[in-house]
Amino acid sequence: MTYKYFPHTDEDIRTMLDKCGLKSLEDLYQDIPQELFLHRDYELPSEMSEVEVRKMFKEIGEENAQLSCFIGAGVYDHYSPAVISAILSRSEFLTSYTPYQAEISQGTLQYIFEYQSMMAQLTGMEVSNASMYDGTTATAEAMMMAVANAKKRNKVLISDTVNPIVTRVVETYAKFHGVVIEHIAAEGGVTSKADFEAKVSQGDVAGVIVAAPNFYGIIEDYTGWADICHDNKTMFIMNCNASALGAIKSPGEWGADVAVGDGQSLGIPMNFGGPYVGFLCTSKKLIRKMPGRIVGATKDLDGKRTFVLTLQAREQHIRREKATSNICSNQSLMALYVTVYMSLMGNQGLKEVNALSYSNAHYLADRLVETGKFELAFPDKPFLHEFAVKYHGNIDELQKEMLSYGIQFGLKLDDETLLLCATETLNADEIDEAVCYCESIVNA
Amino acid sequence: MNNVYYGKLIFELSKEGRRGYTLPKNELAQYNIEDLPAHLMREQAPALPEVDELTVVRHYTNMSNNNFGVDTGFYPLGSCTMKYNPKINEEMSSLPAFTGLHPLQDVSTVQGALEVYYNLQTSLAEISGLSEFTLNPYAGAHGELTGLMVMKSYHMSRNDDKRTKVIIPDSAHGTNPASAAVCGFDIVVVKSRPDGTVDVEDLRPLLDDSIAGMMMTNPNTLGIFEHNIAEIAELVHEAGGLMYYDGANLNPMLGMCRPGDLGFDIMHINLHKTFSTPHGGGGPGDGPVGVREGLEQFLPCPRVVLDENYELKIEFNDESLGSVSGFLGNFGVIMRAYSYILTLGKENLRMVGPLATLNANYVKESLKDCYELPIEGVCKHEFVFDGLKDKSTGVTTLDVAKRLLDYGYHAPTIYFPLLFHQALMIEPTENESKETLDGFIEVMRKIATEASENPELVKGAPHNTPVRRLDDTLAALKPVVTYAELAQAE
Repeated sequence: MTYKYFPHTDEDIRTMLDKCGLKSLEDLYQDIPQELFLHRDYELPSEMSEVEVRKMFKEIGEENAQLSCFIGAGVYDHYSPAVISAILSRSEFLTSYTPYQAEISQGTLQYIFEYQSMMAQLTGMEVSNASMYDGTTATAEAMMMAVANAKKRNKVLISDTVNPIVTRVVETYAKFHGVVIEHIAAEGGVTSKADFEAKVSQGDVAGVIVAAPNFYGIIEDYTGWADICHDNKTMFIMNCNASALGAIKSPGEWGADVAVGDGQSLGIPMNFGGPYVGFLCTSKKLIRKMPGRIVGATKDLDGKRTFVLTLQAREQHIRREKATSNICSNQSLMALYVTVYMSLMGNQGLKEVNALSYSNAHYLADRLVETGKFELAFPDKPFLHEFAVKYHGNIDELQKEMLSYGIQFGLKLDDETLLLCATETLNADEIDEAVCYCESIVNA
Repeated sequence: MNNVYYGKLIFELSKEGRRGYTLPKNELAQYNIEDLPAHLMREQAPALPEVDELTVVRHYTNMSNNNFGVDTGFYPLGSCTMKYNPKINEEMSSLPAFTGLHPLQDVSTVQGALEVYYNLQTSLAEISGLSEFTLNPYAGAHGELTGLMVMKSYHMSRNDDKRTKVIIPDSAHGTNPASAAVCGFDIVVVKSRPDGTVDVEDLRPLLDDSIAGMMMTNPNTLGIFEHNIAEIAELVHEAGGLMYYDGANLNPMLGMCRPGDLGFDIMHINLHKTFSTPHGGGGPGDGPVGVREGLEQFLPCPRVVLDENYELKIEFNDESLGSVSGFLGNFGVIMRAYSYILTLGKENLRMVGPLATLNANYVKESLKDCYELPIEGVCKHEFVFDGLKDKSTGVTTLDVAKRLLDYGYHAPTIYFPLLFHQALMIEPTENESKETLDGFIEVMRKIATEASENPELVKGAPHNTPVRRLDDTLAALKPVVTYAELAQAE
């Protein structure tokens, strides 16, 4: 009766039961009242061989379509070096648990330390935690961190130019955590500074959340914002696109207290929404208020430089209901992913990725405007590799037609606005081709 | 696993001018990023390493050699269900037909992905005896939080807003009270009896109309089945509360009992425990949440639903608690768990629980003469020793754990649950052979002997690992958490 994942022979089972003084496997459950048992098989398919499993997934996979990607909205189709998946498939990394036993987990601890170092550099902040689930939940954690730090304030402002997918998660956490979320209005594609100042100066705001680049791909000017926040004892939180930070001004340079966001743009496959990796970075003075795991350097008995999980007194397994957060893991393997990515790319590689994406996106925007059927939604605002356009036609029909050419042509924001994106994985020919299809559709 | 310490950091291998990537030439250089306003651009470049490709490959390969995984050896870490992570699951989860999908691409072009999500959702519902699941939460603790949000949404939908408390046993995982607190609940602790199960008499007076519900792990963190569960569920339901099942210990239940049939209303499952997806050094996992009929509308959005034309849709509904994730959870993990269920099928899934339980009881019975077993009787998938039987040697549970590393085993979970001072929590999964368990038993017995004959040897362990015991206090007193700080300190 053995199965490939169960090494027990009938004889093994008999010997082991004997040792326990039991006669049958059912006896192992003798403490459970009979009426609570499931007295039947699960209504599930029978076992499949690997041949069958492969066929099954191949068939299911054929119901998906691989599209040319002109969509971003928080998830970006960036180049992923072949090295990364090879490293990630090493089972010493893949099949290990959280590195509690530091003596046999230096591999995990070291790469987390490298991850923290790189994320701190990228965000221009002093410290980083060991990573979080994704960018949406990292932002929600930052919101709760602001409220906990402010003690008697429970209001957090979030700009209307933050990705609505992020805002939706922040609002959900806030509703249950007893935090009031107020929105800062958007004007012309950017956060209204007047509305921000009016709201933050009321003196009851624990934190302010803005985005860089924002949902519309625009790089906003936050000159003076951190000072205004700090004058009001308010935390300034920036939700960022990790890859873009290779080019645009970092949260540290803007004077932010917390930098959060998703690391997916650092080469992680889109993978239909996950796994990705959230990052949360802050200043050294706030390190003990920071949620999530942290790895620190120390020495072993022989004086060797080593790494270990540290500041665990903040965490749920020690503090239980008084913990700074209920987080009890990180997104370790995905932190390794972006660490290897940043090792390979370095500062220069990130700059090139941004330069290529910028060129592609601006070329796409120009070509679309030239058709006379599109215009930039926010023509006077600087954008990186994502932009909103107004379309003088039916967006649903346009997108549907483009799908028939194998192109996901942006995200529909409303009946006349599309959010488009181009990264370094596209080239001029592919953009020309897409614009050509567009022209044929709009002129049909 | 290599016992020679590697220890270098990638920053220390950096040399100016080296690079580890190639990118296409910019054909559109007339569109120059430097045309963006200078004051919006980065002034100081991030100090990232500059290294060639082979250096990167060797660096991380050497680093991995100082790590211990399930593929390296026996990993009896209690409450973590370190089962084998089948290779076929990895292969399926990396199929480009799935990994290349953007989560917001047109729903007609992701029907395959939605089918995997939907089928796993319905499979988990069958396995747990509940009505419907969301696979969106990213981890067990995230599932707990989501489940508690369902609980709160249910009471709020009935305008029953005085239910502010959640009851949690003293043996619970730390995430239970932490999740309840994040969800805005007050926590009431119910005591355990000497046999490790919830004290029903202690529970009774806690139940009134301020109780939103009760969180339980069954079998509990001692590996003991809560045999009064039917009565407890009835009492909590009578008081108007809901029962939450922490699925951390679901493994022994596979094939035998279903949480839904035990009276639970809401639960989470750790796909990275019961459904064999790798722990990845601490994530990514996935923490699906299931609910009883009548609570489905509160599950988080987006949701995957089958419409009347048998097409799968992504839906947002108003009654939902909101969103706890950007998209549809850790889809790559969902792929692995579905592959696991298909591979095992109903015939083998039903054997998971009994074999995991057999392994645990076998190890327990084989060691209880030299380790202190505080609670006698059959356990489920795991059990807890309260340290060595002979306490006179001064050898602690920590020492035993560290000595195990010398012999090539991962340590059990230590100092949890908090009910015992020297807790040593052992969970061998169904994948381990009698020979593996016998080897572990022999070493555990040997350590007990060493503790009496040569206690200093055990107290000084580990001796054969890449590094020796670490100074935790130093790390916490003067936290050095980035290379920049480290370089400054050195």
